[in-house]
Amino acid sequence: MSQMILPSQVEQAPELAEVSHDEWLRMYELMVKIRAFEEQVNELYLSGKMPGLAHLYIGQEAIAVGVCQALRPDDYITSTHRGHGHCLAKGASVDRMFAELLGKAPGYCHGKGGSMHIADPDSGNLGANAIVGGSTGIATGAALSAKMRGTDQVAVCFFGEGALGQGILYEVMNMASLWKLPVIYVCENNQYTEYTPYREVLAGDILARPRAFGIHAEEVDGQDVRAVYVASRRAVARARGGEGPSFLLCTTYRYLGHHVGDIDRSYYRSKEEEQRWRSERDPLKILAGWLMRQKIADAQILEEINQRVREEIAAGVQFALEAPYPDPNEVDQHVYA
Amino acid sequence: MSTPKTSTPSALEKGTREITMAQAIREALAEEMRRDTRVFIIGEDVAEAGTPFKVLSGLVEEFGKERVIDAPISEAGFTGIAIGAAMTGMRPVVDIMFGDFITLAMDQIANQAAKVHYMSGGKLKVPLVIRTTLGATRRSAAQHSQSLHAWVSHIPGLKVVLPSTPYDAKGLLKTAIRDDNPVVFFEDKMMYQVKGEVPEEEYTIPFGVADVKREGKDITIVATSSMVQVALAAADLLAEEGISAEVVDPRTIVPLDKQTILASVKKTGRALVVDEGYQRFGVTAEIAAIIAEEAFYDLDAPVKRIGAMDVPVPFSPVLEDLTVPTPEKVAQVARELCGRR
Ligand SMILES: Cc1ncc(C[n+]2csc(CCOP(=O)(O)OP(=O)(O)O)c2C)c(N)n1
Repeated sequence: MSQMILPSQVEQAPELAEVSHDEWLRMYELMVKIRAFEEQVNELYLSGKMPGLAHLYIGQEAIAVGVCQALRPDDYITSTHRGHGHCLAKGASVDRMFAELLGKAPGYCHGKGGSMHIADPDSGNLGANAIVGGSTGIATGAALSAKMRGTDQVAVCFFGEGALGQGILYEVMNMASLWKLPVIYVCENNQYTEYTPYREVLAGDILARPRAFGIHAEEVDGQDVRAVYVASRRAVARARGGEGPSFLLCTTYRYLGHHVGDIDRSYYRSKEEEQRWRSERDPLKILAGWLMRQKIADAQILEEINQRVREEIAAGVQFALEAPYPDPNEVDQHVYA
Repeated sequence: MSTPKTSTPSALEKGTREITMAQAIREALAEEMRRDTRVFIIGEDVAEAGTPFKVLSGLVEEFGKERVIDAPISEAGFTGIAIGAAMTGMRPVVDIMFGDFITLAMDQIANQAAKVHYMSGGKLKVPLVIRTTLGATRRSAAQHSQSLHAWVSHIPGLKVVLPSTPYDAKGLLKTAIRDDNPVVFFEDKMMYQVKGEVPEEEYTIPFGVADVKREGKDITIVATSSMVQVALAAADLLAEEGISAEVVDPRTIVPLDKQTILASVKKTGRALVVDEGYQRFGVTAEIAAIIAEEAFYDLDAPVKRIGAMDVPVPFSPVLEDLTVPTPEKVAQVARELCGRR
């Protein structure tokens, strides 16, 4: 049974009061959008309309949204194979995302990147990455660049706990700490590296690793966007203030398979476990319940948001399905700049 | 900025002076760092130490430790950091001390730097230079002597530069730094103290333009980097026997100036390709295949090639010297191609 962390003490955090109602509603809408986007991707796969596979972010929405809400548009992120949520949270639009997933010309990368490589420099997204740990250098380098150029931009490096097995992460954390770089390492521990419970392949205390480099590190309830947002704001303030890198260990759970084709999961985890996370620790329900208790929103406002998102997704997928494929001439374009 | 029409420095009006390969490289870096504040150097022992080969001595004094950055022994890490910096507005020059160590950074080079521009549909660029070394016979054994330029030449998205003279090194490195792509720049570590004429005046050398280092009519020897001097020495030996060898130095193998190579082969009718990388699946195989495919009917003899022997580079001088092409070996193969014994 994977570890399920208890609801955090975040409701007492003084920072919560500083967040406007609009901001909370934006975060709710983004989380709903990511979930609906991913459900639609699953549908595209199951109906044979999407080439290849995709790694869905369902269950982890609060992390991308809570972190990116604390960023400015000109801040950087790097993402992973499970990256749709990061891209959307940083500002990508669903129509061009779907188009990329279908390998269509108006996709973010002209259909040349696909699900695992969506990059959108206009929203500060330096790209998803299909090499586990592969973007840790890029994010750290973007932070070095920001510092050298004298901007106060911050770079966020998203990765799964599987990347804790990659040496480059420790190489770049060492340099980030030495040079006080404005980078935030966001580790999304969703309990499984593909089909293996992470404890079978990971020794010791995760937080001790960044701390060994002198990096500020904290554990965050990754199912609670309020907790993620509050922790991210602190990390961003540290980074912008020249205090150097932070490491956020976000505990979370992916509801579905490692990828869309991973349907029978019984050999590595139980249905009961999946159900418990869904019913007790769902990030959308946690936020919706709190918004209603705080009277920030009522059922009708939330339903309006849901409806708006449904329409956006429907229009986006329609756009992508009707979009043209790239011209064959594209194949050898952009090998060199 | 003007680009000289011919490749020989003597053609320039302004004066030249003799400097070493190491000085030429240092000058190129210093000039580019003065010209463009986005250019910086990152690597091991690059600042006060100026690298173990002293190629960078003096740069930290002029540009400071913020632009000549001593990194930990983390080839993958600082190469990745340089890629991220390049994607966000800087123009890093990475120093990888020995070419053998590019293996540590290979994911970053081959899967990240080389592919970012393409995978992003052309939206992101990686203006990055990786300087590293090649070349054996330094008695450094198997992990400090390899010439691994074929590894990176295999990957679309990378450019690969192999200078063979101080003049070429300076002009090509300046071009590399101004290029918007990841460029891997291999320096023959045995040639750092070799001297050559370099103009006082600023110049650059375009990529994809081979240089005929010696003209001849009986056989074409295509030689790269460390093997250019070997080929020229072989040409001297052959001249004594009345064989006139033309030596063509591609200078960059990606992009490759096929035209100059093929024109030379069509003129001489014979071709020998020499490179210090392992012969198997190497640079010599690629160039020989191009000649066979595109100049077959002009050939009077089969294309031949000589690379490093396909063994880990041994330590003992007696053994190591057997593994790299020598003027005598090159001359012998050339002689056979010309129907002489
Ligand atoms: C270097 C590398 N090794 C292996 C893989 C294959 N692979 C893809 S995802 C994955 C598991 C990643 O687990 P984690 O980092 O925890 O992310 P998650 O999938 O759980 O989001 C593996 C092993 C890869 N893409 N890259």
